[in-house]
Amino acid sequence: MAFLEIANIQKRFAQTTAVEQVDLEVTRGEFVSFLGPSGCGKSTTLRIIAGFESPSAGVIRLDGVDITRRPPNQRHVGMVFQSYALFPNMTIAQNVGFGLKVAKKPAAEIARRVDEMLNLIKLPALGHRYPYQLSGGQQQRVALARALAIQPQVLLLDEPLSALDAKIRVSLRNEIRSIQRKLDITTIYVTHDQEEALSLSDRIAVMNEGRVEQVGTPFEIYNFPRTAFVAAFVGTLNILHGHVADPAQGKIVVDGQELMASRGLEHARMGDVCSVALRPEVVSLGEAAKDGNQMRGTVEDVNFLGSIVRIRLRLKDNVISLDTFNNPRLSLPERGQTLTVNFSPEAVLVLEAPSST
Amino acid sequence: MRGRPFISWLLLLFGALYFFVPLLGTLEFSLRYLRGRYSLVAYQIVLTDPRFLATLGYSTVLALATIVVGVVLVVPTAYWIQLRLPRLRPVVEFITLLPLVIPAIVFVFGYLRLYNSSSFLPLTGSERSTDLLLTCSYVTLALPYMYRAVDTGLRAIDVGTLTEAAQSLGAAWSTILLRVILPNVRVAVLSGAFLTFAIVIGEFTMASLLNRPAFGPYLQNIGANRAYEPAALAIISFAITWASIGLIQVLGRGSPGQAAPR
Repeated sequence: MAFLEIANIQKRFAQTTAVEQVDLEVTRGEFVSFLGPSGCGKSTTLRIIAGFESPSAGVIRLDGVDITRRPPNQRHVGMVFQSYALFPNMTIAQNVGFGLKVAKKPAAEIARRVDEMLNLIKLPALGHRYPYQLSGGQQQRVALARALAIQPQVLLLDEPLSALDAKIRVSLRNEIRSIQRKLDITTIYVTHDQEEALSLSDRIAVMNEGRVEQVGTPFEIYNFPRTAFVAAFVGTLNILHGHVADPAQGKIVVDGQELMASRGLEHARMGDVCSVALRPEVVSLGEAAKDGNQMRGTVEDVNFLGSIVRIRLRLKDNVISLDTFNNPRLSLPERGQTLTVNFSPEAVLVLEAPSST
Repeated sequence: MRGRPFISWLLLLFGALYFFVPLLGTLEFSLRYLRGRYSLVAYQIVLTDPRFLATLGYSTVLALATIVVGVVLVVPTAYWIQLRLPRLRPVVEFITLLPLVIPAIVFVFGYLRLYNSSSFLPLTGSERSTDLLLTCSYVTLALPYMYRAVDTGLRAIDVGTLTEAAQSLGAAWSTILLRVILPNVRVAVLSGAFLTFAIVIGEFTMASLLNRPAFGPYLQNIGANRAYEPAALAIISFAITWASIGLIQVLGRGSPGQAAPR
């Protein structure tokens, strides 16, 4: 049974629709990320769960209880904000203990819990300091401790790492995941950073224009994107446009060259326009082995990226990018040179039309 | 380039002379009570006058009441405008500016007409209710200063996110206002409070027309009938005002967690 249920949530402001329709079930202890570009409705959905926005339609259930109209201070969800939102007038210990003090817990219990939380975020000696005396990363850890101190049923994180520099972002995201696993707390994480979502989540809900495009594990989202949007948003991707030549055999024609897809054409008809996706890392230089796909094209560009060389190959109307490891003993292809590339039928992802999701 | 510092110093000197020469003149005059030598007799007379302490005490109590009512009225209003009704800001700002445009005497005549002893709400019927009316009129007078001070303080903090953070931790509106918002605009509220204090201490029109024993009418009365004592009183009032400003600085400096973020 779902611990957190988001059912048919919609949110309309005066002229715009921020959330078109969101349905999602989250199990207890699960880490789910909302991933999508700015304005896709992910933060609005999170704010609806937190109670800061009320939905125009739909229901939020937490542990079987309808909390859709419950005020935010009675939902028992912890929230971590992008801007930390620590109370400047309070010390770190007072910030962490604020929720417990509001709940009128005994002073001894508050002190014990604050110590526990400060140890959890590895800042045990900084309880007496004020927020402005801490770095951004430390402040965000305190914000996390403050949200966790009240032992919320759900932890909500709204782009918590966006304001931090790259190195701290990576270390803090590992810390967030490790704390989440340790406490086994149900967590909803909002981000526009695919790497964050892929590395942290049990499942990812990719959002676009107020809708959930696809929900799946990071492995599923990356390797088997169901729509062109998901494929393009998560990772670097080649999108090739062609038409179905033989749906029974999985045959597609792209710029006059045939290729085979191992699945995805079950419901297609001959002549249908279709799009396929190919990750750059699944494309190799050279002729294909038996049953493999191969395509010929002209080298349009060669980018040397250190350990990797990215080659752009123009077929006709379509372009394929492929990544090869840098090998100093081999010369790089020249622009204008004709090359053959190969990839397996399993690597060809036939994309659904966005409207059919 | 070299001439600029000289001009700056010249302007500073001119400004200092403009402000301090009249003040020094008043101070010097206040010390000439006894012919041929300087003395503090004028100050002694003022400070031992029972009406001085009585009126100053009365105005101080009313000033404190005005500050309390002003803070209770303005802080939640400015907070709510900032949080939920930003579109109403121009309207509220216009309303808070009205006391600067409408003369105090117009307010008083309005009050006397509305709240006289034969009206539906006879606030001028007793001394205590007149004090209440006077306090309300002082709140109105100080509104432009108090609102602007608090509004500036609120704009300096992220009111929306702090409110949401407190809400997610279980805080009700009263807790959010008293323990999160108010402490973070403490310096702004103090500025508004001391400006209010300065206004109330020197206010004449309303107290005089409502016939209350305030410090303003006392100052006027002394000024109209004595020679050296008004000068001494002016210096004492000046000292009280500067002491208020000094207090803002001292209390503001001691405010925890208010330093600029790194």
